[in-house]
Amino acid sequence: MVRTYFLLLWTWTRAAAAYPVSFALMTLLGFVIAALDVAVILIIFANTTTLAGFSREEVLFLYGAASLSFTVCDTFVSNLDRVGQHIKAGTLDTVLIRPVSAWIQLTTDRFNATRVGRIVQAGLVLGYAVAELGIDGRRAWMIPVMVLTGIVIFASLWTIGGALQFALTEAPEVVNAFTYGSQQLSQYPLSVYGRDLVKGVTYVLPLAYVNWQPGLYALGRDDPFGTPEFMRFLGPAAALVLALLAALAWRQGVRHYRSTGS
Amino acid sequence: MIELDRAGRSFKVKRNVVHAVRELSFTVSAGEFVGYLGPNGAGKSTTIKMLCGILTPTSGKVRVAGLDPSRRRTTLARRIGVVFGQRTTLWWDLPLADSFELIRHLYKVERAAFTARLGELTETLDLGGFLRTPVRQLSLGQRMRGDLAAALLHAPDVLVLDEPTIGLDVVSKAGIRDFLLRLNTERGVTVLLTTHDLGDIERLCRRVMLIDHGRLAFDGSLDDLMATAPGHASIEDVVTRLYTGPGTT
Repeated sequence: MVRTYFLLLWTWTRAAAAYPVSFALMTLLGFVIAALDVAVILIIFANTTTLAGFSREEVLFLYGAASLSFTVCDTFVSNLDRVGQHIKAGTLDTVLIRPVSAWIQLTTDRFNATRVGRIVQAGLVLGYAVAELGIDGRRAWMIPVMVLTGIVIFASLWTIGGALQFALTEAPEVVNAFTYGSQQLSQYPLSVYGRDLVKGVTYVLPLAYVNWQPGLYALGRDDPFGTPEFMRFLGPAAALVLALLAALAWRQGVRHYRSTGS
Repeated sequence: MIELDRAGRSFKVKRNVVHAVRELSFTVSAGEFVGYLGPNGAGKSTTIKMLCGILTPTSGKVRVAGLDPSRRRTTLARRIGVVFGQRTTLWWDLPLADSFELIRHLYKVERAAFTARLGELTETLDLGGFLRTPVRQLSLGQRMRGDLAAALLHAPDVLVLDEPTIGLDVVSKAGIRDFLLRLNTERGVTVLLTTHDLGDIERLCRRVMLIDHGRLAFDGSLDDLMATAPGHASIEDVVTRLYTGPGTT
């Protein structure tokens, strides 16, 4: 399955590489656009020394972690937000006659390697923040766990979004509100938001586990909202539950596919 | 090989329920060549899509090669070949040869068997001249030959074709028909095809099934079909009678 995935990625990358100038420009553009997010953070800190109790490097750390997870998903699974288009055009039929899961075929469909520029940007920011902060060696193991947890959470959100499009073919934008909206939300320390919103992303939609809860552990800080210490470690479990829900939703979506007229 | 037992598929359209196919039962044995006829909107494509597992039946049972298509879709995919005349299953931007190579991996066909089969298909379907051409630049006739080859690279036991000759000129049509006939007689591949071209039926199908308003209106040999009309009616007349008249089964 993994081999098939990368084979499809490679095939599309080769197809895209047929236009090398466009390929290079798109990669650069992705990098520059992502850099604007960092510029916003730097501008904020030009006017203040802390944001909701967090230093510049700490905010960059949280931003970098969430961004890295998000851009990996944006590159490798975001094609799922085109499920609605495939349904309307009838091209989903041709996906469903192949002996490979529809999820794999759709995530790799016209894979766009130019988004890799954004992954590099997010990785650089995270690397810079980690180096500047001098994170405690005994807590550093949480960083890769955090990024992986974030990847699973975002990938699940995209999958649920794709599954929803089987029911709401007319409303792909609704789905984007969850995926891209989640990223926007997790770019800053959750302490800048209201208590109710934070409760929502802690106990309902588990966005707090993308970078906030594990990030607090890595930074060696207490939660300003006073959640107990053990919640720093719930990320993988929350991600797993969400992934199972996503798999179920996806399966239901495919089974309720209605195809087109011809 | 193909079994439908009171299979039905309905769609909710706004507040109404539309029955595209209802209580459809038939069996196709291994080695048969069956034509599946019906006016537009009769439920032909819906049936085909239930056979491939694309659509889940809302009632009844469907079995293809012993499998429930909607539950075992990816397993079944290795055993059947599917061609949609109105829609290519090839990758639009890739050269034909790359599409085939991708299919080899997706279906896990061994290289030796793949090379032999592709060589054979290239010769019988005359693909040699455009193997390196991106699919989007192929003519309809070339693309259809490419689609046929793609559906057969994994040597399926069953071939399901939804209007494979639609839009083709007489020469291309004849080529496709000869190919399908040989596939059935020489290789024993079971073929089910839908078409609006009665020439396909006359030339190819020993058995004809006719569906109307989602129900089977006729199932029998081509001769039986011709006998439903008096005198020496042409196949066009016979089919027109069945499409427009009251049920004559």
